[in-house]
Amino acid sequence: MMLGGINPAVLIASLMVAAVPIILAAIGELVVEKAGVLNLGVEGMMIMGAICGFAAAVATGSPLMGFVGGALGGAALSVIFALLTQFLMANQVATGLALTLFGLGLSSLIGQGYVGIKPPPTARLDLGPLSDIPVLGTILFRHDVMVYVSVAAVAVVWAVLRYTRTGLVLRAVGENHDAAHALGYHVIRIRFLAILFGGAMAGLGGAYLSLIRVPQWTDGITAGAGWIALAIVVFASWKPWRVLLGAYLFGGIAVLQLNLQAAGARIPVEYLSMSPYLITILVLVIMSADKSRAAAAAPAALGKNFHASR
Amino acid sequence: MTTGDLLRVEGLTKAYPGVVANSDVSFAIKPGEVHALLGENGAGKSTLVKMIYGLVRPDHGRMLLRGAEYAPAEPRAARASGVAMVFQHFSLFEALNVAENVALGMENPPKLRELAGKIRQVSQDYGLPLDPSRMVGDLSAGERQRVEIIRCLLQDPKLLIMDEPTSVLTPQEVEILFQTLRQLSAEGTAILYISHKLEEIRALCDEATILRRGKVVATCTPRDRSAREMAELMVGTVLTPPARSGTAKGAVALEVAGLTVDSPIPFGTSLKNVSFKVQRGEVLGIAGVAGNGQDELLLALSGELRSGVDAVQIAGVGMGTAGPNERRRAGLVSAPEERLGHAAAPDMSLVENALLSGDTRKGLTRHGFIDWGKTRAFAEEIVKEFDVRTPGTWVAARALSGGNLQKFVVGRELSQAPSVIVINQPTWGVDASAAAAIRQAILDRAAEGAAVVVISQDLDELLEIADRFAALNEGRLSAPRPVQGLTIDEIGLMMGGAHGMEVAHGHA
Repeated sequence: MMLGGINPAVLIASLMVAAVPIILAAIGELVVEKAGVLNLGVEGMMIMGAICGFAAAVATGSPLMGFVGGALGGAALSVIFALLTQFLMANQVATGLALTLFGLGLSSLIGQGYVGIKPPPTARLDLGPLSDIPVLGTILFRHDVMVYVSVAAVAVVWAVLRYTRTGLVLRAVGENHDAAHALGYHVIRIRFLAILFGGAMAGLGGAYLSLIRVPQWTDGITAGAGWIALAIVVFASWKPWRVLLGAYLFGGIAVLQLNLQAAGARIPVEYLSMSPYLITILVLVIMSADKSRAAAAAPAALGKNFHASR
Repeated sequence: MTTGDLLRVEGLTKAYPGVVANSDVSFAIKPGEVHALLGENGAGKSTLVKMIYGLVRPDHGRMLLRGAEYAPAEPRAARASGVAMVFQHFSLFEALNVAENVALGMENPPKLRELAGKIRQVSQDYGLPLDPSRMVGDLSAGERQRVEIIRCLLQDPKLLIMDEPTSVLTPQEVEILFQTLRQLSAEGTAILYISHKLEEIRALCDEATILRRGKVVATCTPRDRSAREMAELMVGTVLTPPARSGTAKGAVALEVAGLTVDSPIPFGTSLKNVSFKVQRGEVLGIAGVAGNGQDELLLALSGELRSGVDAVQIAGVGMGTAGPNERRRAGLVSAPEERLGHAAAPDMSLVENALLSGDTRKGLTRHGFIDWGKTRAFAEEIVKEFDVRTPGTWVAARALSGGNLQKFVVGRELSQAPSVIVINQPTWGVDASAAAAIRQAILDRAAEGAAVVVISQDLDELLEIADRFAALNEGRLSAPRPVQGLTIDEIGLMMGGAHGMEVAHGHA
């Protein structure tokens, strides 16, 4: 089945792949923001994950070690953010922006020796007869393991936030840190761990880009994926399953744009490349149009530093 | 006598940089006793109970719980020892539901579904109806307090600390709270009751410890003392109530007609068809439990929130669509409740803060340039006239104590020769002598012919200064009535009565 030179089954399958880095980074950032911290350094942590994961995979020859390295790289960069904002009370917005710029620079420094190298290939998950189901097999069962990991991550984050005490305490800290402190919860410690988790997830997303999606190292490989991840968290009004939805929507636009180019649509390429970002802006504007509702959905202590002085 | 005491506090001392919050404080509570901790804002009551609850560690002194050494390192430890606390500014999470809020305050909460059942059970037993699945952000202040109390009761406390529990309640709700507390006390739970409301303490408490500037200045049995005696122990000086001069009322200076606006605040209360008139020389007092539209009313009057043109009329001219500066030009000045961040910019000096609201009426800029000399003179005039205790006008607003900053903020507005004055919570968190000075200043302006709207949660204050009285309840304003001849019961009903609370039943 083809529509205007595009096979819908293949399109859906490839949008699922395209969305993986955004899902991973966005679900990590969602946890961070639910704890009341606004980390704008997602882009920087992603690209650090991309290069660290790439280096680790090349050095060990194992894609698995590559993903571990990517998560560690992202988490390591997030430690800087956590120390600055949680202990030294630095402004979160400024620190996050600096983190992105720092991550972009550092990754390109580390990556100088890796340009033009091919990473060890990641095998597709062999699901036997499932992969052979027509259409459905193409869409769902011919992916690498990380596609399933990304969906599982959303499910786990959703369940933890909704059903566990850990999730409840995390939400409480993001909602009203003074009250959480008064009840005896360790606001700084919980936020620190949330930031680390967010960094690791962003790093994982970055490693997916350099190890599977592209797969090679180039400077600025993330190309704004971190910013889209940030936008998706707002788009999803801080709800995990909507992050998945949002990421597939954006992944879909990106893939469609590539496919349209390939199919020779008579729209200038630049417009198509702009479209995901344009839609990001539009969605954010629509989301924040109703001020009171946007404010009610956001964690109330988002972006505010906590100091146990009183 | 040491034996038989539930909690004994001996020589507790806690100092913060620049201020000694508690100095050598000692007292004791027996099981089932309702013990009052009485003192003005800043007397050290909150620090003291935070030490008992494990939030703050004392520098010196010790505590004994049932004769055993007691030094909670954190609230968890205090809760495990049977000490529970209801906070003054609620420790609740608006975006979570009642059951989740309760679970957060417990050590080992059961599954949420079981917990919901327990919440219903306890709320039945103590006459505090509450739906476990409701979002706390949608609850009234009285209902929120019930959440806090039930959270404490579920842990079967031996000592319940209540920090200023009645400041957010209507008189009827206060009566019901007292019945719940008496029931608890009869069951053997000791209650440490913090307040500066003397009549309440006389009605409820068995013993009282009075704090002033961090020290215990007296202990007494409240029933045997008059409110006046205790007030003077608490304040340390003799207080004179403000004098009211019976001036004739003039023309209507402010008219609000059918004002209906949506709240810009998350979980805020929209104003619904609010109407009233204020004449020159008159003080209209607007009461109401916190969160019933007071903040929104101030915003709508000051011009921060726009409405229909004729919904707000200043001297007969429709100003509903005008912004704050246009309204200032028309003679309306306003002072919001939140001192730091709304009424004053915390990190700017007093001179700069004087400029921010004084420019329009006092003409402190010329061709876009600030006339610093004139501005400084204006700030100094406020400091002098309103007795603001500060090293100078170059000091940042943040550095002033609550009472002094409030005097400055109120003074800044009153010094602009206004024809209409709107003030929200003029004396919130202000010590008694500063509060008396602020009230007197308000009355003086009214006597000079200004129309005044005072929004306050302090009923005594409104009864003292207002000519007419109205109450906000869920965004609706009751019809204003003359203060003279109004009873506390009638006022309570205007404020919304008991908000569906029932009197305690069950065992008792």
